Amino acid sequence: MDKSELKVTAIKDGTVIDHIPANDLFKVVRILNLENLDNQITVGVNLDSKKLGKKGIIKISDKFFEDNEINKIALLAPDANLNIIKNYEVVEKRSVQLPDMICGISRCMNPKCITNSEPMITKFEVVSKRPVALKCCYCEKITDAQHIVIE
Amino acid sequence: MKNKSLISITDFSTDEILRILEIAEEFENNPEPHLLDGKVVATLFFEPSTRTRLSFESAVNRLGGRVIGFSDPNVSSVSKGETLKDTIKIVSNYCDLIVMRHPLEGSSRYASEVANVPVINAGDGANQHPTQTLLDMYSIKKTQGRLDNINIFMVGDLKYGRTVHSLLQAMSPFNPTFHFISHPKLKMPDEYKRYLDKKGVKYYEHEQFTNIISEADIIYMTRVQRERFSDLMEYEKTKDMYVLHNYMLENAKPTMKILHPLPRVNEISQDVDSNPKAYYFDQARNGVFARQAVISTVLGLKK
Repeated sequence: MDKSELKVTAIKDGTVIDHIPANDLFKVVRILNLENLDNQITVGVNLDSKKLGKKGIIKISDKFFEDNEINKIALLAPDANLNIIKNYEVVEKRSVQLPDMICGISRCMNPKCITNSEPMITKFEVVSKRPVALKCCYCEKITDAQHIVIE
Repeated sequence: MKNKSLISITDFSTDEILRILEIAEEFENNPEPHLLDGKVVATLFFEPSTRTRLSFESAVNRLGGRVIGFSDPNVSSVSKGETLKDTIKIVSNYCDLIVMRHPLEGSSRYASEVANVPVINAGDGANQHPTQTLLDMYSIKKTQGRLDNINIFMVGDLKYGRTVHSLLQAMSPFNPTFHFISHPKLKMPDEYKRYLDKKGVKYYEHEQFTNIISEADIIYMTRVQRERFSDLMEYEKTKDMYVLHNYMLENAKPTMKILHPLPRVNEISQDVDSNPKAYYFDQARNGVFARQAVISTVLGLKK
């Protein structure tokens, strides 16, 4: 266990999401809709990381995500790791994988796209995973990594 | 293809496109004035486009169908703040097919998701206008007797012109050769050149008209819009470089035809109009047949 993890309390059962870029930590919280969970959640931000400089970490007790739920965060945190904890032990380590389709989450960068004027959910085909490039299923324009705006 | 909407030219496979062109030819040779008896088609024009609307309405009328709709969004509930979704939901109760034009990109795709009837895209902003591509292809096939191995010169605004982008994609399976003639600022975008590279299609870029237009089977002219230039001086200097004059056609192939999606401003000189190679007015007529073919196919009346 690396030292930064010790700065936030260990959990008995649940999921630890590690290696989130510090700047995007709260966006990841939003994508996962953690505000509306009743579970115990510990959030650490600006922790030292060899890989990212400053990183964020989220520990959620008694919560195990479905792939389609958690993979959405790859949009912002492609290097994020998932540690599945059972009885204080890491029983599984996983990395996140961006899905082929993304619904909601990001806005389309084309100001003339219908999704920016109707109350509707955006839909993108992931045409490149690294760097991320999203093709809008409506206006067919590409939203690149620099222009991803989380809804 | 019954109940399938036509939003983007890539929604139809090459075989489906070829079938549409065959049906268009059938309609040209053998009008079917009762095919759409009892059918109601809604033409929803959220921005004005008189030419396209009349072409669609003519297509429906010539097949015996009825048309409802609006050509000015200011008179519809849109001006009261209704969402597109609500408008489409309501109208799809009143008709068998929706033809729509909208200034926002992606609007037709969204409409096709919420409507209970097929939707034909008659232009969504700068995005897609698939029936234009089909009528262009019909015009090529009709005048050249084939779609394969055609040498196509595209001239004018190749950067923003959606008609050239769609035509390029739709013609790619037929081993075409493309020549692009444009101002450096209005060049064919890299994404379409990459597309052609991937498909192994030959293309050449020119900054002005060249002698080799004598090799052309089709010259596809487009309008260069003043708004595309931030520097008006530059527009004034370059606008006459991409004008097609009758004298330039002396060495052209006898079978060569000039196409233009219209409206034209000055990019085709008036003296070209009387040249038998000028095909742009007949091209507009072909639009009615191509649209008849699309309408009757998505309604399941032609297979």
